[in-house]
Amino acid sequence: MTGSATDWQPSERELARRRTRSRQHRHRVVVATVATVVVLGVLGAALVLSPGWPRVRATFLDLHHAKESLPTILDGFWLNVRMFLIAEPLILIAGLALALTRQARSAWLAPLRGLAVLYTDVVRGIPTLLLVFLFVFGMPALGLQGIPSSIFFWATVALVVSYSAYVAEVFRSGIESVHPSQLASAEALALSRGQTMRHVVVPQAVRRVVPPLLNDFVSLQKDTALVASVGLFDALFAAADYGNFNFNFTPYVVAALFFIAMTVPLARLCDVLARRLARRERAGAL
Amino acid sequence: MTSPLTPLLTPLLEVRNVRKTYPRHDEPGRRVVLDDVSLTVSPGDVVCLIGSSGSGKSTLLRCLDLLEPIDDGVIEFQGREISDPLVDPRVVRRDIGMVFQAYNLFPHLSVLDNCTLAPRKVHGLSPAAARDRAHELLGRFGLAEHVHKHPDRLSGGQQQRVALVRALCTDPALLLLDEITAALDPELVGEVLDIVRDLAAAGTTMVLATHEMSFAREVATHVCFLDGGRIVEEGPPAQVLGAPEQERTRAFLRRVLPD
Repeated sequence: MTGSATDWQPSERELARRRTRSRQHRHRVVVATVATVVVLGVLGAALVLSPGWPRVRATFLDLHHAKESLPTILDGFWLNVRMFLIAEPLILIAGLALALTRQARSAWLAPLRGLAVLYTDVVRGIPTLLLVFLFVFGMPALGLQGIPSSIFFWATVALVVSYSAYVAEVFRSGIESVHPSQLASAEALALSRGQTMRHVVVPQAVRRVVPPLLNDFVSLQKDTALVASVGLFDALFAAADYGNFNFNFTPYVVAALFFIAMTVPLARLCDVLARRLARRERAGAL
Repeated sequence: MTSPLTPLLTPLLEVRNVRKTYPRHDEPGRRVVLDDVSLTVSPGDVVCLIGSSGSGKSTLLRCLDLLEPIDDGVIEFQGREISDPLVDPRVVRRDIGMVFQAYNLFPHLSVLDNCTLAPRKVHGLSPAAARDRAHELLGRFGLAEHVHKHPDRLSGGQQQRVALVRALCTDPALLLLDEITAALDPELVGEVLDIVRDLAAAGTTMVLATHEMSFAREVATHVCFLDGGRIVEEGPPAQVLGAPEQERTRAFLRRVLPD
């Protein structure tokens, strides 16, 4: 077979077909380019030709104010980044623990199972901003010894509590989507329920829920801006502070760009990871 | 292969020098899956593709249904080259039915809805007409009582019969069957092959990949033995299965017919 692979030459018909295919490809590229340029052009024209455009440009897109506000917004944004980096791993752990608790079948864990259901139901029902208020103002007010009173600490706790409830449901849907035959074959190998979860079900579940998890990550990155409402000097607070002082809203746009700059690379990274996994597992199969 | 007595009868399907390769995923170069394969199928023919797994039977069927692009050669169907990039594959597939080894029924649709989806959405039949046609075929193949069930409630043999009906509901000119009994329990194989036998007797044109040698001998008008992506030997079933000329064919038959 290797012999025929080396001495094979494409036929005239195949060469003609390849020319047709590359012509079709070029055609598609041209159509895509023209469509993109036209759509962007129309949107841009609608924006620039709108009656309020000069005012909007002066108040939202002022280069001078952008430069002036950049350092303080960057400082504030570092707080958002730290909060996200601390909260995200905790959310993943708490969410997975909650999901596994709901799936547990041990009789001893029955009360925990009920609590996990209650937790997701209650927490998901409360607006995240409200949770931030409750934790930041409520917990220190208890006056308990040894409990930190830092706003940053309690705001992070509020985000972890809120998002772990969402992430738990994402994990649970992933766990439930693993086919029962996988459970059967793990049980047939005499794996315990815990081992089955750890080695068979959860790895498959996690792969399936990467896109919705990413959705929650991105959402969390943005919701770190909620802490501006309890007086933490984050990117949004810094932008508002500058804007109110100078009567210009450009810092808001700058802050928005910071958030975009953080979420887009994460989305691309997740795409790459998911593609690599799919390639490795489906190699050769159809 | 074409009989000299019927020179005017154009073949339904003509495959000439088809080549198909896949990229290797861990080393450079490409793996040749089909190498210089040629085949002619006239209306009413039942062509059986035999050969060990990995010989290219399934790939050939997938290429015929344009599920895979070919790397060289020509496929003509109803007198038109369908391997042309300018041909819309969906137009070709309207007239070709395909049944897979793993049934591939849609689990979220009832048996009836599985069978009426393409007639309604692709062939523009009214829901009532599509339903009538599906009911008639399902009834003929002993599936009348399962019409409103979902596929997973049925046995493997029943599911594969539904898959056959789903392919037949669009009245295809050519039926491609890809090892349709390979996933079935031995006692369920018969009920599926009975249908294929009936279809063959009714003059349905079919190309099928199969491991059932006795069945191939019984229904085939033409048998092709594939090995390493090439058609090593072909001819009437009595010749290829009864008195093979090639050593490789003989070795294969010795392995699958242990008597």
